[in-house]
Amino acid sequence: MSAYLIRNAALLGEEPTDLLLVDGIITTVAAGGSLEAPGAEVIDAVGLVALPGLVDPHTHLREPGREDAETVETGTRAAAKGGYTAVAAMANSLPVADTAGVVEQVWGLGRESGWVDVHPVGAVTVGLEGKALAELGAMAESRAQVRMFSDDGHCVSDPVLMRRALEYVKAYDGVVAQHAQEPRLTEGAQMNEGIVSAELGLPGWPAVAEEAIIARDVLLTEHVGSRLHVCHVSTAGSVEILRWAKARGVNVTAEVTPHHLLLTDELVREYDPVYKVNPPLRTAADVEALRAAVADGTIDCIGTDHAPHPTEAKECEWAAAAMGMTGLETALPVVQHALVETGLITWADVARIMSATPATIARMEGQGRPLAEGEPANLTLVDPAATTIVNPDTHATKGRNSPYRGMSLPGAVRHVFFQGKQTVRAGELVHSSTAAKAEA
Amino acid sequence: MSNTPADTAPFSAAREVLTAAEIDRALTRIAHEIVETTKGGRDLVLLGIPSRGVHLAARLATKLEAITGIPARDMLGSLDVTLYRDDLRHSAARTPAPTVVPPAGVDDMTVVLVDDVLFSGRTIRAALDALNDLGRPGIVRLAVLVDRGHRELPIRADHVGKNLPTSKHESVRVELSESDGADRVLITDRTEPRGSAL
Amino acid sequence: MRHLLDTVHLSREDAIRILDVAETMSDVSGREVKKLPALRGRTVVNLFFEDSTRTRISFEAAAKRLSADVINFSAKGSSVSKGESLKDTAQTLQAIGADAVVIRHPASGAAQRLARTDWIDAAIVNAGDGTHAHPTQALLDALTLRRELAARAGVEPTGRGLDGARVVIVGDVLHSRVARSDVWLMHTLGARVTLVAPPTLLPVGIETWPCDVEYDLDNALATGPDAVMMLRVQAERMHGAFFPSVAEYSRRWGLNEARLGLLTPEAIIMHPGPMNRGLEISAAAADSPRSRVLAQVANGVAVRMAVLYLVLSGAPSTEGA
Repeated sequence: MSAYLIRNAALLGEEPTDLLLVDGIITTVAAGGSLEAPGAEVIDAVGLVALPGLVDPHTHLREPGREDAETVETGTRAAAKGGYTAVAAMANSLPVADTAGVVEQVWGLGRESGWVDVHPVGAVTVGLEGKALAELGAMAESRAQVRMFSDDGHCVSDPVLMRRALEYVKAYDGVVAQHAQEPRLTEGAQMNEGIVSAELGLPGWPAVAEEAIIARDVLLTEHVGSRLHVCHVSTAGSVEILRWAKARGVNVTAEVTPHHLLLTDELVREYDPVYKVNPPLRTAADVEALRAAVADGTIDCIGTDHAPHPTEAKECEWAAAAMGMTGLETALPVVQHALVETGLITWADVARIMSATPATIARMEGQGRPLAEGEPANLTLVDPAATTIVNPDTHATKGRNSPYRGMSLPGAVRHVFFQGKQTVRAGELVHSSTAAKAEA
Repeated sequence: MSNTPADTAPFSAAREVLTAAEIDRALTRIAHEIVETTKGGRDLVLLGIPSRGVHLAARLATKLEAITGIPARDMLGSLDVTLYRDDLRHSAARTPAPTVVPPAGVDDMTVVLVDDVLFSGRTIRAALDALNDLGRPGIVRLAVLVDRGHRELPIRADHVGKNLPTSKHESVRVELSESDGADRVLITDRTEPRGSAL
Repeated sequence: MRHLLDTVHLSREDAIRILDVAETMSDVSGREVKKLPALRGRTVVNLFFEDSTRTRISFEAAAKRLSADVINFSAKGSSVSKGESLKDTAQTLQAIGADAVVIRHPASGAAQRLARTDWIDAAIVNAGDGTHAHPTQALLDALTLRRELAARAGVEPTGRGLDGARVVIVGDVLHSRVARSDVWLMHTLGARVTLVAPPTLLPVGIETWPCDVEYDLDNALATGPDAVMMLRVQAERMHGAFFPSVAEYSRRWGLNEARLGLLTPEAIIMHPGPMNRGLEISAAAADSPRSRVLAQVANGVAVRMAVLYLVLSGAPSTEGA
């Protein structure tokens, strides 16, 4: 039997509460300081906020094929350290996760690692090439139980193919997660098209390239009565279209990355490729619109788009550099900084946008559940009063490409419980948990 | 010498060693020496070394015109040595001043280099290199208003306004009306904000 | 000045200083002995990732006239796709003992990368990076125009800016590092710049540039500019639908004989080269007495001498433009 008594945690930032975790289940929830549990390990959680284990609908674990950038093991460690208990692993591995075999491999690697639930995302099209549908059914019916399909990194730009994918996934209660990027409008694009790109002489990535695809896709989704998820929304215009679509009752959800809630294209001025990302960093007006959209529910959840790269992929000239930023270990501090401390949302909202909603979108069972008696013991304790100077060299991910290096961010993940086992203790990974899991 | 700290009263340690009248007399004497040594000032070129050497060369040219009748503009020029210095790598980048050579050029002429203060000799070494790139003079001479000693190279002046024994800790400052509002030569402490010419 | 990377961050004082030093260097180019010992013992590497014989020989002549040792490193094709990274190349040059690296690179920002990373300590001079900046070209344009304006006013150019001058720059602004560098430098020096181009060849976001924008060349020429600079237009651009045909471009934005007649008597014509005769500039315009194209080339050597002298002499300062 494993048992933990978490004492005096502020449940979703509210009243001090005691939680007793026994064998992977939250067995008792009671007023702070009222519980006694002989034999249970006691966690003093005074001053800590208890959240359900975070769920990332958008992670790149790189395995198989790019183990130099990340592995399932290192990526899920990073997730655990960031307060996560589940991640959706994007399909752009080598080989691409476009068959039952590859998604089962990734799913199995996640099980072995034991840090979080790993839910593989299946590719929409074979090889992410946008030409032929991948075997969505086989992936859905595999042991990995894939429910989210995405060509992330590439847009399913062919309107007919997108329509068919939206229709087909209905048979499995699936969702198509679109990387909205009109390819012709973004040929050779390097950064947000606007004042900064004009001055820097970098080919521009217009907002309309994202907005045009989102507009088309919400209309297609409505037409065929399916379910659409929009990855990493980055522009104010996209927010407007989503707001309009939701008002019409279109079954669409959307995510935003932490970096798009904080950083702008002004950072590109020194040509440091650590700021090169897809979609690109936009303007301050876009950041403001995205924050407001999270606050009013137009944007449903936070997806890290955690994209680790080996050092050499960023130690080069801008045009040659890879796109992407790490994000798992900084997501919660950035959200606290950008949304909670600005008064836009509460900790209960954080639980919704970083756990409950993404788990629902990706149909992850046992994740994103309320912190209530009888629920799975997936939870995260965060110290909102802490301050962290971001140092990517200490991160668990293999990627050192964090745009927050040297930045002071609020909040720190202190303890994480995944299926009732402690994966993070006092901010550090609990390495016995892997062994414990393997023995179990 | 005053014991007042330089930073509170930077000019209190300055000592005037040549007056305006003495400067003028020295230049007149040098002009006459030049006429004597050049057989009436024929084939003569005066090249002032920026910045104050240029002003001194112009004054000498005026005096020589009065003595010889040769127009000053035919003999007067300037020679910038910035790009020939041996300390470029170590001191802050200086903007070079123009080099102007009189119409007849320097080949086979008697060139008199004119500078305000002769000290280490390094400026004159640079000037000789610069001159070499302009052509091949027949004779090169050196005229300075002040020779303060402490040579670091085997260089001497042919015409000297005044020999001034100095300590290395002192600096010699030549002030001329063209650039400084009045004519005088001062000896000051090294601790002053402005150093002397080399 | 530690590096020269662009003209946006070049102060008026520094720009005028470079031009003044270039005037002195220009005198040297007229002498029998076209050589100065200023950079003796220093090593200048011309690191060219793009073919540009004109710019390379201009920098080479400049460095050699200052007695620097010059190493030409033609790295075309060896960087991005074929293995060696910019970082490795830079570290190699560091090991060789380069004091200055003149870099030409197809990627915007490549010069900044060398200057801002710890890959190499050398002074970095941007000889053109992607569609970003070409500061020495802009400086030689400014030197050419300043001399023209000074001669017209009967004064010495030294110490002056381009105050009150009107400059029209015509052509493919979108893909032009020359236009970007010219706009900021000439603005800093007090000139009023008007960019003229088809709307497809102007970048989105141009509204914040310190210049006017005009689509109609005849309107721009009617304002009586002191100088008209024609930018090279690549005929291939029409395949990207930037303009329908070479003929239409030439008719609307080319400097033909009829437009030559619109210029005031003193107006000069400049072109960064190489020219596409018959496309952006007619033979009559290119060969007219107004053309300063060859003066620009000569001034290029003087400007590059000035830049190399200023970045390589003096105690290392913390930061330059």
